[in-house]
Amino acid sequence: MEPDNATVSGVATQTRRNLWLDALRHLLEKRSAVVGLSVLIGLAAIALLAPALATHDPIQPLSDIKRNTPPCIHLLGCPDSQPQHIFGIDGNNRDFFSRMLYGARLSLIIGFATVSLALTVGTLLGAVSGYVGGWIDNVIMRIMDVMLAFPFLLLAIFLVAVLGPGLINALLAISIVSIPGYARIARASVVSVKEMDYVTADRALGVSPVRILFRRILPNAMTPLIVQGTLGIGTAIISAAALSFLGLGAQPPTPEWGIMLAEERNNLFNAPHLLFIPGVAITLTVLGFNLLGDGLRDALDPRLNR
Amino acid sequence: MLSFLARRLLLLIPVLFGILFITFALARMIPGDPCIMALGERATAEQCFQYRERFGLNDSIPVQFMHYLGNLAQGNLGNSLRTSEAVGDVVLLRLPMTVELAFTAMLIASIVGITLGIISAYWNNSPIDVMTMMGANLGVSMPVFFSGLMLAYFFAIVLLDTPLWLPPSGRLTSGITLTPLVETFHWQNLSGAPLVVVTFISNMATINSLISGDWPVFWDALRHLILPAVTVGSISTAIIARMTRSSLLDVMGLDYIRTARAKGLREQLVIFRHALRNAMLPIITIVGLQLGHLLGGAILTETIFGLPGVGQIMVDSIYARDYPALQAFVVVIAVIFVMVNLIVDISYAYLDPRIRLQ
Repeated sequence: MEPDNATVSGVATQTRRNLWLDALRHLLEKRSAVVGLSVLIGLAAIALLAPALATHDPIQPLSDIKRNTPPCIHLLGCPDSQPQHIFGIDGNNRDFFSRMLYGARLSLIIGFATVSLALTVGTLLGAVSGYVGGWIDNVIMRIMDVMLAFPFLLLAIFLVAVLGPGLINALLAISIVSIPGYARIARASVVSVKEMDYVTADRALGVSPVRILFRRILPNAMTPLIVQGTLGIGTAIISAAALSFLGLGAQPPTPEWGIMLAEERNNLFNAPHLLFIPGVAITLTVLGFNLLGDGLRDALDPRLNR
Repeated sequence: MLSFLARRLLLLIPVLFGILFITFALARMIPGDPCIMALGERATAEQCFQYRERFGLNDSIPVQFMHYLGNLAQGNLGNSLRTSEAVGDVVLLRLPMTVELAFTAMLIASIVGITLGIISAYWNNSPIDVMTMMGANLGVSMPVFFSGLMLAYFFAIVLLDTPLWLPPSGRLTSGITLTPLVETFHWQNLSGAPLVVVTFISNMATINSLISGDWPVFWDALRHLILPAVTVGSISTAIIARMTRSSLLDVMGLDYIRTARAKGLREQLVIFRHALRNAMLPIITIVGLQLGHLLGGAILTETIFGLPGVGQIMVDSIYARDYPALQAFVVVIAVIFVMVNLIVDISYAYLDPRIRLQ
């Protein structure tokens, strides 16, 4: 008797769901991954609630206060007669706490935007390269090789020079520089998946190559890309902050952590907290993505002995 | 081994050509008219035409590229549009600092990273292992421009007036000057490639003073280099430590290690003689791969510690649209990077016969 189609697809969905549930369970078993995830959830909450949490405008300077005023927190004994500024006042008379909150928003947007672009373009290039093969494969991968022959930040700086300094262009530059990494991984996965029996079966059934690529091959090649993408968000945030720090990314008065560090650089000796706070914020964010990425790598790898 | 070398060198040609082509093409896309940048806003069309004619900018792009390759082959990197100096001279003056910083950072990162990795693997899952790996995670996540500023704060301000104080900026204490090697050894009649090499080495303060045996200058140069180098190397130290640990742990699980232990060898001997040798291969690769990050990190760190390397001048060139200068820096650094990777590949093949035979 032939099995009922509905039953077969039901079993398939259930197994698939279990695989993802399994991965999630393994992820939550790793303490470092949970720490990373918690940091990121906290950060996302701050980013979402920034307008509600901010006590002042992040861009407009305050008129009635001295610059570099140290933090004043009423709960910690700062007299009520003074206005409360949780992280103090920056070198341009702005409330540093509010700027930090909006910075969280910008950092997450930067991370996700750059990686989404790089991941999409890189995966497409790598997948086409691996699936089609031949001279197309050769041309694409040799271009990727040459791009990888440049130090990452150097090529990003050079691209910013071509595009012109600015946050959007810095993001574009970082995306473009990240493409070869994803393309290589996608190509390797596609090459290893495309010889599997189920792909051959599809081909024998006359399924169109585009459909095979997008419905059969790519979903099965996604795991390493997800891991690389998560780790890549951390790299993207650091690189964007670095470009901003050099004056090539976000421009003042944007509340971006990298440029905030650069702006307060000369205050290292008299107001080090203005450097310490954004620095720790960048570090924590990147740490969150790195821990989550490492955890995902272990959780999504079925070969790992647990 | 020879055929491997030949194959590897042949593969280098398209990559080098690609680097030159990409930098050339991108530099031509930099917006803004180079003539206006060089001659000012009030340059007439006639002046601009002559300017372009003089620098070959009226030729078609392929012809310009061939000219560029020809000039490059003669060691001519072009002239800066901003200062009209020969870019080659600026590179020779500025790049040694960056290279010195990157390689010192690489040295520190390798020594500290491998040591920490061995300690971590040896006392696997002990508190010291957990601490080291937590430190490594933090190290990977910390941007160099932040760790640099914090190190400067700690060593220059907190430790002020103690023997551990380190200078937060500059290459040498003001008043101390570096004598070029050409003058120290009276090599005035040197020219061509040897002169370039000697000048390059001469502009690396630590190496210059070391060769000349000028110890006070060497000590001063070294003290100025420590903080930036530790900063640049921090991320790589963490990555190398993680790699060493996992590579060593992989090898330690193999049968021949059990045999070595069963023979009654001392544990140190097992680790350093037997395990570490085979664990070294991936470590060497990762050290080589780090150089790209180190060069990028060096560019960033120089701006923090006020070091006269290529970092600041590259940013200035971007704002001045001085593309010959920018292009030269990018090409030279990329070529150094490719060459180091080549050396890594060769040493890898030397250490692992299987790679040669593939």
